[in-house]
Amino acid sequence: MHPVELIAVSKSYDRTTKVLEHIDLTIEEGEFFVLVGPSGSGKSTLLRMIAGLESITGGELRLKGNMVNHLPPKDRHLSMVFQNYALYPHLTVKQNILFGLHAKKVKKAEQEQRLYETAEMMGLTDLLNRKPKQLSGGQRQRVALARSVVSQAPLCLMDEPLSNLDAKLRAHMRVEIRRLQKKLGLTMIYVTHDQVEAMTMGDRIMVLNDGTIQQIGQPIELYNQPANLFVASFIGSPKMNLGEATIEDQQLTIEQTLQLPLSMSDIPQVIQRRNLIVGIRPEHLAYAKPEEADLWLEVINIEHLGNETLLTFEVGRELWTAKWLGQWLIQVGERVPLSVSIKHFSFFNRDSGALIQAPTENQHLEVVAL
Amino acid sequence: MTTSLRRKVVFYTLLTLTAFLVFAPTFIAFMMSFMSNQEIMTGQIIPRSLTFDNYVQVFQRFPLMQYLLNSLIVSLLIMVGQLVISSLAAYAFVFIDFKGRDLIFFIFIATMMVPFEASIIPNFHTIRDLNWIDSYPGLSVPFFAMAFGTFLLRQHFKQIPKELKEASEISGIGDFKFYLTVVLPVAKSSLVTLGVYGFLTSWNMYLWPLLATTDDRFRTVQIGLRQLQTQEQLNEWGVIMAGAVIVVIPTLVLLFVGQKKLQQGLTEGALK
Amino acid sequence: MNQVALPFKQIEANDLERMTKKQKRIKTFKGFSFLAPSVLLFSLFLFYPLGRTIYLSLFLTNSSGITTVFVGLENYQNIFLSPIFLKSLQSTFLFVLYTVPGAILVSLFLAIIANEKLKGIGFFRTMYASTMGISTAAASVFWLFLFHPTIGWLNQLLNVIGVAPIGWLTDPEWALISVAISTVWMNIGFTFLVLLGGLQSIDYYLYESADIDGAGYFYKLRRITLPMLSPTLFFVITVTFINAFQTFGQIDMLTRGGPQNETHLMVYSIYQEAFMNYQFGTASAQAIILFVFILVLTIIQFKLGERKVHYQ
Repeated sequence: MHPVELIAVSKSYDRTTKVLEHIDLTIEEGEFFVLVGPSGSGKSTLLRMIAGLESITGGELRLKGNMVNHLPPKDRHLSMVFQNYALYPHLTVKQNILFGLHAKKVKKAEQEQRLYETAEMMGLTDLLNRKPKQLSGGQRQRVALARSVVSQAPLCLMDEPLSNLDAKLRAHMRVEIRRLQKKLGLTMIYVTHDQVEAMTMGDRIMVLNDGTIQQIGQPIELYNQPANLFVASFIGSPKMNLGEATIEDQQLTIEQTLQLPLSMSDIPQVIQRRNLIVGIRPEHLAYAKPEEADLWLEVINIEHLGNETLLTFEVGRELWTAKWLGQWLIQVGERVPLSVSIKHFSFFNRDSGALIQAPTENQHLEVVAL
Repeated sequence: MTTSLRRKVVFYTLLTLTAFLVFAPTFIAFMMSFMSNQEIMTGQIIPRSLTFDNYVQVFQRFPLMQYLLNSLIVSLLIMVGQLVISSLAAYAFVFIDFKGRDLIFFIFIATMMVPFEASIIPNFHTIRDLNWIDSYPGLSVPFFAMAFGTFLLRQHFKQIPKELKEASEISGIGDFKFYLTVVLPVAKSSLVTLGVYGFLTSWNMYLWPLLATTDDRFRTVQIGLRQLQTQEQLNEWGVIMAGAVIVVIPTLVLLFVGQKKLQQGLTEGALK
Repeated sequence: MNQVALPFKQIEANDLERMTKKQKRIKTFKGFSFLAPSVLLFSLFLFYPLGRTIYLSLFLTNSSGITTVFVGLENYQNIFLSPIFLKSLQSTFLFVLYTVPGAILVSLFLAIIANEKLKGIGFFRTMYASTMGISTAAASVFWLFLFHPTIGWLNQLLNVIGVAPIGWLTDPEWALISVAISTVWMNIGFTFLVLLGGLQSIDYYLYESADIDGAGYFYKLRRITLPMLSPTLFFVITVTFINAFQTFGQIDMLTRGGPQNETHLMVYSIYQEAFMNYQFGTASAQAIILFVFILVLTIIQFKLGERKVHYQ
């Protein structure tokens, strides 16, 4: 029995426009599942429907095999962490953590026991008598987590819990939440708009846009084989370089400016010749020795990140980015030699946006399995 | 530097002059309450010797203590009644989403356009038929429901993050418990504002207590003051002023303490 | 209300609909229970009496308020033919005309000077706000003395500067003005507090950027302060208007409607008609007219306000 199952779930507020359409999804026990998408994609609505905070317009929601569409939130045995933490401002940390247990009529001794354990685990032992106002952002975040942990609900929902933290703390809390989830064996549904968070935290990710599922899969799968143009440009930073393309006489023409030779064996699944969009990840626009260059492009902007360098080129109407490891002393306006392999290109249908063929070779170093 | 100094002089002059004018009637009354009748008649400004004679007299000749007690009870009853009833209504308008809510809200707005005088005659008859003339409920219950208070609290409740409500829903905390243990404590300061406002207006109420009381046992201080003024043949000004001063002291103190809160609360009520 | 999760596939679509409906009914029930006390009290002490007042205004009544003869709109006809009521209408409008601009202008001036960041400003603010803590009855007593023909301070002051004494409350020329003066004074506290609050909520950076542009004090007052204050100003004007129409206490204490009915304002007229003369029918008709005035005024101000007032 799966902890969470959605069968053809949909949501609309006015019966004409759908906020979510035909969501089918099964989440495994102990899985860290991330819902990611731009704002307005319906990801928070979906989470709130699972929590019972929003009604379900159509389809079925099952928790542990039981249909729960009609159940109020308190009968769904889950916990939730909110973006603004939803801490009660007039209660101390201790009272905040215990607030829900009172309602669930947990015995006093057990309350104390659970409080002690949770506070210990979350490093809140010294802060129990403080009010939320006296805590830092990270500490508040931990209280919110503790409240979720102490309920011992097997399913935990999180709605953008890290977006109010600064970048450094966010990176730290990513690791902490992930560790906590593994340690307690929680099934987690985690909503974020940040694809980096999704990639680094999720066992599996669902990409949502305009209320429809774009793709469900493991992070690497989404990165390597994006199901459509939306996923291709949403996942990965800097984003995938895209351009309109045609194939003619064993030659790929991109944005009517770049031309690359190709053989049919490189692209077995690409049957159509026109209306294509091709994409290539920034790390696959590699530096080539001048004599071995496939392409020469003029640098129009350069960003030094320290350990890597981002170069921007103009390709037709598109701006393309290359990501080179190390530090490169290049001036804006210089033309640089690049090596590009057909094997790294993804091919999409321009009209439907659907993937026609994923890159046949993905990394310089192949994915290493231990 | 000089312009700033000149500016300061101008402002302080204006402030002092106007403050003097605004406060003069109150100041004169205070002074008079400590003067003997002779001093008043000869047009003194500052009492030559402080005499508490007027205060002793006003308490001896009038059941002022009873009036004060009545006013206190009635004002507290109205204050608490308004707080409870307005906060319950405001809670429903903010935290419970149900059919017909907007319509009821509109009706609440509409009640603000009905002056009390338009319903005072039947209200008088209702109170009379309930045998509530000369009783605390008769003086207070008609004022419990209050659209202004409901709005003020609704404004403040709306600032409570919706997620607090949702978090309690998930942990199984019911609406009434949430109202009692989260909303009321979090919105404490707005309750204080409304409480001060309610107390002030109830203490100063005039027309209704005039109609709803016939007897000294339930008369409020305002009506007591009216009695005092009509019965004293306008000669014992010191005694009358002592009575008036006693009547205004509680509200003045409350106003001085709660001025800042009241100002914030009223402004918010005005703007949103 | 603890519901058990249902084993799957047992639920039909209409069961589900039924259960959703039940949830909605529960919410509606909850909402109404929180509103019940207000709704009940409003019905008992506001809606029912309002309806009853309209009803009464179409009848003649006996002295205990029981209707005797249905007269239709005759009560209205009669009061509009009655010189006393017409006089009362006239006095009421004059009174509104005196007190509303008076209270607003004075309070606005006080609020503006009390909004300066000066040492000890809190003291001045408290002084201005003080009249809000003084009840109508007490304030009337204060002013009764000030208006006293011989020992009152106003006449003594006139005496000092060599002007003949005025019968503030006894001279028909002056009575209404005198009552208006004392009313403006009583209103200052509340209007001042609200206006000061409005001034303080204006963002300070607006003034700073005007300072950088080199704007003078009065320019800033005209171009920033007053426009930004307009919603608050609009609110206090409405409230003062309504209060002026409802004036009663000071009339009862200072003049009892006299001299020569000069200060016989509407609410005082209703009070006398109903509770002195026991003419509940005509009193109700007057009360309905007052209600209509206030209603129309509020609606007009709302319509005007919507267009003219600058909201942030």
